[in-house]
Amino acid sequence: MEDRIRHVVAEYARLAVDTADLSDSADLYAAGMTSHASVNLMLALENEFDVEFPDRMLRRGVFESVSSIRAALEELTSEAAA
Amino acid sequence: MTQTADQSRTFLDGIRRIAEDVAAPAADEVDREARFPHEALAALRAVGALSAYVPRSHGGEEMGFGEIASACFELSRACAAAGMVYAMHQIQVAAIVRHGAGSPFFDQYLADLVSGERLIASATSEVGVGGDLRSSIAAVTPDGADVVFEKQAPTISYGEHADDLLTTLRRSPDADRGDQVLVLTRGDEARLEQTSSWDSLGMRGTCSPGYVVRARITPEHVLPVPFAHIAAQTMVPVTHIVWAQVWLGIATAAYDRARAFVRGQARNMPGTVPPAATRLSSLAAELHTMRAEISTATDEYASMIESGADPDDLFTLGYAIRINALKISASERVALVCRDALEICGIAGYKNDTPFSVGRNLRDGLSATLMIANDRIHATNAALLLVHKAG
Repeated sequence: MEDRIRHVVAEYARLAVDTADLSDSADLYAAGMTSHASVNLMLALENEFDVEFPDRMLRRGVFESVSSIRAALEELTSEAAA
Repeated sequence: MTQTADQSRTFLDGIRRIAEDVAAPAADEVDREARFPHEALAALRAVGALSAYVPRSHGGEEMGFGEIASACFELSRACAAAGMVYAMHQIQVAAIVRHGAGSPFFDQYLADLVSGERLIASATSEVGVGGDLRSSIAAVTPDGADVVFEKQAPTISYGEHADDLLTTLRRSPDADRGDQVLVLTRGDEARLEQTSSWDSLGMRGTCSPGYVVRARITPEHVLPVPFAHIAAQTMVPVTHIVWAQVWLGIATAAYDRARAFVRGQARNMPGTVPPAATRLSSLAAELHTMRAEISTATDEYASMIESGADPDDLFTLGYAIRINALKISASERVALVCRDALEICGIAGYKNDTPFSVGRNLRDGLSATLMIANDRIHATNAALLLVHKAG
């Protein structure tokens, strides 16, 4: 999952730095992700993982790092499996 | 909210008196001469209104957000320039109260704001970023133990009349454009060199020319939280709400003049309802809708920040869409209301020297869609709506 997330981040977050150099907890907004880019990232993640982020997850904290994105996706996929 | 109903009433009664007795009589001159509404600001200082939002822990009155918003409305009904200056100052105060309190430097600043009733301006716009609040070119640049910056600001409202200044900057010379911080400069820590003039259609008394801002300060002048958080949780919602209250004040002033005009007509023809009264009825409905929308947004924000909940849970993408929509709607409505008031008052409204003149209101109101251009806000909301699920 990590690799797929990083792949989507690399493609859509339009960061000023190389995604490979970022730690899982690095702040993507501080790395240059604009709000517009974050919307594209959300859409791309929904597409890649075949999920829909509910409105309660559409907040800054959820998309601010690779690990926070992972936590949100895990929550959604475990809900789907249950 | 910890102030009592009595304190809240006393505060707003004081603001209303200043609006009627001080701001209103000067409003035409402020507009005509494009001069700062200094008598209104002096009166506001005298009653402690500039620091009213500061918490009691820092010596302030801890007035609620709703009261501050209403004060913007009351002042703008009399003089939109005075109301806008007060509103913009409160945006800066809210940013420091909500994101600076707890740092020794900003705790001390808030105490000084209360004792000195200091007026704070802001330098958030920048030449070269195309009106994007969330991008900066100028950066906080370390220089020995100090930091320095130089920013080209296309407009700083009341920059010449403010005591202090909040400026958005990139965090460091190698930071991305969107990695911003907010920096306070006190008094002559910042030197402002005026680069353009302010001879505008309306809002003339806000005195908003362009400047180059240069400063050398210590690093603790930087607010300890990323500007992204300050913008999402405080600056954007507070700006849209207090501006909307200013526009509601302008619209209400125009409506008041239209109503007085129709009443005068009716007095001259007892027993008949003047034709313009029907137009006044639609205007009243329009104003009512505007007021309802703005007061709902004001109450919602006040209850959000007073709930003590985690800001990240409150300031969702859905909220951003709603608060952007408020800006679009209120800014479009103010010009419509003023325009309809002009139709009702006719030539008496078109002339600048009658009790029914609405020219100043109309010109002031036309600034609303341009201050953070609605096209830009539509573009943002269009993008956000792509991922938002609820209506």
